[in-house]
Amino acid sequence: MDNRPVLLEIDNLQTHFRTMDGVNRAVDGVSFSVRSGETLAVVGESGCGKSVTAMSILRLIPEPPGKIAGSIRFGGRDLLKLSDREMRQIRGNEISMIFQEPMTSLNPVLTVGRQIGETLRLHQGMSAAKAEERAVEMLRLVGIPEPGRRVREYPHQLSGGMRQRVMIAIALACNPKLLIADEPTTALDVTIQAQILDLMRDLKTSVGAAIVLITHDLGVVAEVAERVVVMYAGKKVEEAPVGELFRRPKHPYTQGLLGSVPRLGSSLTGETSRLAEIPGLVPSLKQKIPGCVFASRCPKATDFCVAVAPGLELKAPAHVAACHYAEKEAA
Amino acid sequence: MSQRILQVTDLKKHFPIRGGLFGTTVGNVYAVDGVSFHIDKGETLSLVGESGCGKSTVGKAVLRLFPLTSGQVVLNGTRIDDMPSGTLRPLRRQMQVVFQDPFSSLNPRMRVKEILAEPIRNFGLAKDGADLDRRVAELMDKVRLPRDAVNRWPHEFSGGQRQRVGIARALAAEPDLIVCDEAVSALDVSVKAQIVNLLQDLQTELGLAMLFISHDLAIVEHMTHRVAVMYLGKIVEVADRRTLFGQPRHPYTEALLSAVPVPVPGAARERVVLQGDVPSPIRPPPGCRFHTRCPYAFDRCRVEEPPLADTGGGHLAACHLNERPAAANPLLNKAPPTAFRAA
Repeated sequence: MDNRPVLLEIDNLQTHFRTMDGVNRAVDGVSFSVRSGETLAVVGESGCGKSVTAMSILRLIPEPPGKIAGSIRFGGRDLLKLSDREMRQIRGNEISMIFQEPMTSLNPVLTVGRQIGETLRLHQGMSAAKAEERAVEMLRLVGIPEPGRRVREYPHQLSGGMRQRVMIAIALACNPKLLIADEPTTALDVTIQAQILDLMRDLKTSVGAAIVLITHDLGVVAEVAERVVVMYAGKKVEEAPVGELFRRPKHPYTQGLLGSVPRLGSSLTGETSRLAEIPGLVPSLKQKIPGCVFASRCPKATDFCVAVAPGLELKAPAHVAACHYAEKEAA
Repeated sequence: MSQRILQVTDLKKHFPIRGGLFGTTVGNVYAVDGVSFHIDKGETLSLVGESGCGKSTVGKAVLRLFPLTSGQVVLNGTRIDDMPSGTLRPLRRQMQVVFQDPFSSLNPRMRVKEILAEPIRNFGLAKDGADLDRRVAELMDKVRLPRDAVNRWPHEFSGGQRQRVGIARALAAEPDLIVCDEAVSALDVSVKAQIVNLLQDLQTELGLAMLFISHDLAIVEHMTHRVAVMYLGKIVEVADRRTLFGQPRHPYTEALLSAVPVPVPGAARERVVLQGDVPSPIRPPPGCRFHTRCPYAFDRCRVEEPPLADTGGGHLAACHLNERPAAANPLLNKAPPTAFRAA
């Protein structure tokens, strides 16, 4: 049993956006928790609300048009009840974030040393000289060669992989308890992705921060996550430890998702059959869906699914899924 | 003997870098630097590699979207690399392209009907208006879109549906060769599977030759017949799918395959993590272009460029290691990077 203390607890998170043609329920009643030092992956396709969930944790959603409801408890406090000033002391300090595109999230006119040092000076009151010293240390930690020289360079002088390393250095500079990584390797080439994933794994053991990894890549999930939350159309549809989820997916959406990715090595085992398709499209989030959000694409759906939304049920130890027909295993 | 649709020989494309006071050429980007391959009827050849390796440039060069620096491109027995564009125009019907981004590759001011009718009209394929309408409707059936969607605008479709329109547009000209430049990369997982299946069905149905440019190795393995791996403007390895994924004979291919994350938690396999970044194509390294990152590099690699040589059974690889006896070749004496099992 996992007895690490719970670090982050999200309860019934609802992030809605008012738009010209109705309310967009981007995240609609999502709950999950993260333990200290744990890596939790949130997976789903574009528009499922995974990035909005991440942004909501840090309260980076502009309000209005956005509106966040529910509760996000972090270290005994509800982040949604904090003032902007208190929130600023948490961002980049106790919770930090790595974004997908390192080029657009770094400031092009400041040296990387200055950008790493900024969080240190702001949150820990370090002097400029001391912050630069620490910046060099951080660059060394994330595996950038010649950190003494690189610290005085600008983002455009670095390659994509190195920029992402700088982003990680900024995020880790203040020793955060929680790191949110939103598609951290999606923009990178596969050999560079392997480097960054290795780095994240190493840093996790040396720094000990909990990680919430937002991704659509099931391969990345299998490699780094301990537990997985699957999202679809703004809802959590399944949650399980990583091995359990890949071996015995319960929700038809998760099953479809796993069936639709070709496996490397498929030509060797002779399994080059057709890929499983999930027919149809993700429903619009602007209408309230009374039944199961996946019913319109689900091979097992019945009239009951269309009418009544399934709740999250414990289907096996530590394994929940929101499906009326997913089989239950004896605990 | 199957019919050869495309033969490319020693293709080079260098982009000049202008600089200095008078805008003189101060250097070259050696984007594609001597690439040869062929594609037969009904066959898919995949070009894989990381960004900047020149794979898209090869695609555009084959389509003659810009003049070549040197080399030969033969399409259906006709040499097209040095053809004036006026003479080439009717031949363009034989080769069509599907682009990566279905949002920017369709004209937002044209209805689907107009998008599909344009190539048919361009190449004078329809006898009359009724024939044109019939052809458009057939194209919609082929890509499994409802016929009544022809009057809609691109913005009314989802990404996957738009990509279907893009594919229908490519098919409208009744081509022999389709170049898919990262055609499924921008799509979501479940939609990607739909489009991959569609492309495979269409190939079987129409006998298309396909040049499939992609960085997604699992998709490539799933849908291709042969694979060519590119690094810094050169092909470093070519083989049929099973051979290449089962026993790579170039260290770059080995590293590339082992770097792909696999959706098997706790998969036990050996990973070759490459150090550093791809060198600049403006000043490619001397000798073997991969020696700066190669875990097996030795003195000879730094001075002598290995040729793309047959290592047996049509498996081409450009690596000095393959001259050694099999027992002394480190590439052959370990489990292939695609062999893994769940822990």
